[in-house]
Amino acid sequence: MGLTLSGSLAPVAPGAIEAARLSKTYEGGLTAIEDISFQVSTGEIFGLLGPNGAGKTTTLRILITVLRPSGGQARVLGMDVVAQATEVRQAIGYVPQERAIDRFLTGREHLELLASLYHLPKDQAATRITEVLRLVNLEHKADEVARNYSGGMKRKLDIACGLIPDPKALFMDEPTLGLDVESRLKIWDHIRQLKARGITILLTTNYLDEADQLCDRIAIIDGGRVKAIGSPADLKSGLGGDVVTLTLSPGDLGRVEVLAQALKKQEAIRAVSTKQNVLDIRVASPEATLPAILSAVTAHGCRLEFVDYHRPRLDDVFLAHTGHRIKEEFPKGEA
Amino acid sequence: MNQYMQEVGALTMRWVKRLSREKFSMLFTLFQPMVFWLIFFGNLFQRAADTRVVQAPSYIAFLAAGVVVMTILNNGLAGGTDLLFDKENGFLERLMSTPISRTSVVISRFLFVMTITSLQVLVILGVAYLFGVHPVTGIGGVAVIILIGLLFGVGLTAISMALAFSVKSHGDFFSMLGFLSLPMIFLSTALVPLSAMPTWMAVLAQLNPMTWAIDAVRPLILSGWAAALPKIGIVVGVMTVFDSVCLWGAARAFRRTLG
Repeated sequence: MGLTLSGSLAPVAPGAIEAARLSKTYEGGLTAIEDISFQVSTGEIFGLLGPNGAGKTTTLRILITVLRPSGGQARVLGMDVVAQATEVRQAIGYVPQERAIDRFLTGREHLELLASLYHLPKDQAATRITEVLRLVNLEHKADEVARNYSGGMKRKLDIACGLIPDPKALFMDEPTLGLDVESRLKIWDHIRQLKARGITILLTTNYLDEADQLCDRIAIIDGGRVKAIGSPADLKSGLGGDVVTLTLSPGDLGRVEVLAQALKKQEAIRAVSTKQNVLDIRVASPEATLPAILSAVTAHGCRLEFVDYHRPRLDDVFLAHTGHRIKEEFPKGEA
Repeated sequence: MNQYMQEVGALTMRWVKRLSREKFSMLFTLFQPMVFWLIFFGNLFQRAADTRVVQAPSYIAFLAAGVVVMTILNNGLAGGTDLLFDKENGFLERLMSTPISRTSVVISRFLFVMTITSLQVLVILGVAYLFGVHPVTGIGGVAVIILIGLLFGVGLTAISMALAFSVKSHGDFFSMLGFLSLPMIFLSTALVPLSAMPTWMAVLAQLNPMTWAIDAVRPLILSGWAAALPKIGIVVGVMTVFDSVCLWGAARAFRRTLG
């Protein structure tokens, strides 16, 4: 009965990063994101997972204050990204995509420039630069021009630049895009080390494995909207059960729907989705259900080309929430 | 204020470092193609051009003012190029994510372009000197020529930066620059005096701020202070309007891209 007015005014322990109903419509009328909300807790690695053009980078750019939202609000470390933009900038680090390197400058010169832009006094800057170079293992290459850096080294320099302000929150745009496998694993290690130092990390990615293995929690973003939020494990178990995938021979295309209907009637089968001659069947336990599925296939006179079953992967989570698979930009060779 | 100086200083030094890393580019930047205009065009037309028409002791003496202003034109129009690349590869965004004043990057670029332009003007005048073109107003005149160059250069660099911030691709940027640069040169008094132009070209040339800059620089080289002062008055007026328009446009483009 009582009005809890005081309750609504009391400061709620703020998350490190909070987005509330963010939207961005560009001048031409293109809506990049709509109604994006999420909260990132202090010390967490949070991933925005989605295909290119989903709105991840737009969201990130709003959070780092270089883009104004058309609607909604966002707070970083308790500060409003529009009203307190300068304070936010002073407190965060930003790691843009790999090309944002001046190939004519050495690694150290990048860091010196950044130190001046964060207004560090000279002696403090020198200490800080030595520190971040050691942190990303780039000391031996610090005085070489960035033109000679490999993709992995550029990425390390990017991270070093982002760490110059000694940030409480670090924003990374596609941290391993275009890197070879070995460099990716190294970068992941660096990111985990940063988390261990208590830094809150928000990153965007279109790699499922990166979201799965690196992030504590993720938000799946597609078509400018948040489709699901949670830890990779929760999202996967949230799908309810394992997935059996049947690929029928192309000649049986006409029988796919009938078979799907028949399967749906079975008790142990939770859901069936079809795409051309492929059926995705979600089951509680594949061991128990597989014989029944196979006999149904035979009973309908279908010929199997391929059977596969697996625990739900993040891939399936993405499919379930967006209706399509993520198109990953596959790692290129050495960039 | 101290912070502002720190930012602008660091950003300006970045442009200087970049230039110094590209040895060839530095050489060509200082010893610009414009020098060839002076040497080749000047000597080539020495006899073809009638000194009674150009009203100068020699064609190269007439051309010197034009080449000085052409240098300012080309430098100014190219002034936004590095910002264009910074915008395209995300470096600009990295800079904008730091707690710097929103104007620092642009100011650093102005400082750098203006310094390079002044040095180039000195090189051009030096080369002209070797060909016997001695500015009659002396060192003071050279200083005024550089000031006129800065006045014109600010507006041009602003146009270039506005383009750099607005274009969708750098192909667009360079084709627009090419499109601007040549008509600006031919529709000015760089190569031929107004009196020797077809009427329609003379009319267009008078709408070109470059003509007014040349008309003030030329008497500083050829005639003396008495002839130059009224022209300097005019060019200051013309450039105030020109720079205001360009800076206003650039500020708009800048705000649209970088909020």
